[in-house]
Amino acid sequence: MNAAMNPAVTRVAVPAVVWLGLAAAPVFLAPYATTTLTRMLVFGLLAASLALLVGITGLPSLGHAAYFGTGAYAAGWFAKNVSAQAPLSLVVAALAGGAAAAVTGWVAIRASGVFFLVLTLAIGEIVLQLAETWEPVTGGSNGLYGIPAVTIGGAPVSNAGYLYWFVLAVFAVGFAALWLVARSPYGTALRGIRDNEERMRALGYPTALYKYLVFVVAGTVAGLAGGMLATQQRLVTPADLGFTTAALALLAVIIGGAGSLWGACVGAALVIIVRDSLGPTLDGHGPLVLGLVFVLVVYLMPRGVAGVRLRRGGAP
Amino acid sequence: MGAWFDANLVSILNGAAIGCLLFILAIGLSLVFGMMDVLNLAHGAIFLVGAYLGWHIGGQDPTWTTFLLALAAALGAGLLAGAGMSLLTEPLRNRSHLDQALLTLGVALVVAELLSMAFGNDVQAVNAPPGLDSTVRVFGSVYPTYRLVLIGVGVVFAAGLWILVSRTMIGAVIRATVADRDMVSTIGIDNRKVKLAVFAVGSALAAIAGVLGGPIYGARPGLDSTVLILALVVVVIGGLGSVRGALVGALIIGQIESLGRALLADAASFLLFGALAVVLVLRPRGLFAGATR
Repeated sequence: MNAAMNPAVTRVAVPAVVWLGLAAAPVFLAPYATTTLTRMLVFGLLAASLALLVGITGLPSLGHAAYFGTGAYAAGWFAKNVSAQAPLSLVVAALAGGAAAAVTGWVAIRASGVFFLVLTLAIGEIVLQLAETWEPVTGGSNGLYGIPAVTIGGAPVSNAGYLYWFVLAVFAVGFAALWLVARSPYGTALRGIRDNEERMRALGYPTALYKYLVFVVAGTVAGLAGGMLATQQRLVTPADLGFTTAALALLAVIIGGAGSLWGACVGAALVIIVRDSLGPTLDGHGPLVLGLVFVLVVYLMPRGVAGVRLRRGGAP
Repeated sequence: MGAWFDANLVSILNGAAIGCLLFILAIGLSLVFGMMDVLNLAHGAIFLVGAYLGWHIGGQDPTWTTFLLALAAALGAGLLAGAGMSLLTEPLRNRSHLDQALLTLGVALVVAELLSMAFGNDVQAVNAPPGLDSTVRVFGSVYPTYRLVLIGVGVVFAAGLWILVSRTMIGAVIRATVADRDMVSTIGIDNRKVKLAVFAVGSALAAIAGVLGGPIYGARPGLDSTVLILALVVVVIGGLGSVRGALVGALIIGQIESLGRALLADAASFLLFGALAVVLVLRPRGLFAGATR
């Protein structure tokens, strides 16, 4: 009887404990640790949105940071020039990320496999160049700085703990959206496309449209994560949408493995620990460690890699 | 038309020079993928190794001795790096393309970080060797001699590689491996050795391109991903595994990078993406897919 109950208990209890733990964290943590945890949430949502593409649909993107960065710049610009009122800049960020994905996605999804990797890489690089050269809006290579603190009900949120709770709330919204997509019949069809696109097409599924839609959804959530970044960091630089960011997001997904949204968040947390906490003690050479982790993960965790050869879709 | 040509001659020549450089860089990437299905995302990092070798050995003003020394060092380093990459990807031979690409991505991150540890994060400029650092007049326009020579070097490389691939026994093995790897191994040719050799030579060409590109691109962090993307666009446009495709792709991208930037400064990045999009929509496997020559 215990054995029969166990899966149900873990399905409800584990997420409940995790969410409660996340909500209570700033009460017990020092401000610096709270800020690190905030970064993990931001990067975790980016990684989870990428997991929807890579793990669940089988579209390995190396340009996902482009939509993250588009959202970050849009949120920063909006907060600076229009309004820093709470959810507005984040809505703008999500819309900007989704719009960028909608414009570029129709080309990207025409390619498959390694060609998709190349195309998304090219898209990412183009958006990076745009960020570096469109100075009136993006601030060029100096980045967009002086973004005001987000205000809720007229009061600016500057306390690290309150900011964390705000980011956590937005994370919950974004994650729930991804989770619902992954759990829906549409999500099941996406797994079918990952495993055998020809057969899905033969069954009458409009696979190109499905892939395009999931690309836009992932871009929208990545834009939202970018908005969280602008809110938390109050500075957006071209590096935030560069090749390294995209590669690290992919690394987080791969560490998480199995097309799991949760796994991607855990992977993102590990990446942030290595880059931000371990990095300074290594003279800022965190990327070196992350590169080595990348190599090791590919060799040692073949089941974790991208979920391309999964026997069945993992739990979202 | 004549006036337009005169006004844009420098940009057109620049485009040809960049195209020649891109060809030398991209051909290794193209053949390794075409033959062995390994997308080497560390190719840009190997280019940067060459660029830093050129700067480190020759300094900002190389003499002919140091320039040739740098080329030799790049040749050696590239051969070793390529052989290393070939051995690293060997255990993954039965895994997906994506796994192999990700492995090379990890290697690229490591190499780029090691380079920034060794050579710092400053932008390093490199001049052309003596005799080539001046300018000449071409149809009335002033043009750097080095870039003109680079075009010549590119033509020599392209001709040499074309003869090698289409007219020699080695080339026949390479073309056969692109067409049907299993059949080649059935007739007794160890395709691990073919892969090792092509990987090593392709990487050596990338490192040499790094030294040759010094007077144009210099050496700086981030250059690896910039040139990697250009090379990837070249091989995707040209078709993977094709020498002719890599050459045509490189010349097209060279013109987009130079003439495109000169005529439509703001839209140059979009031109690159646009060219890629048009080719992928019309010819999803590249202009010269399937043709190894």
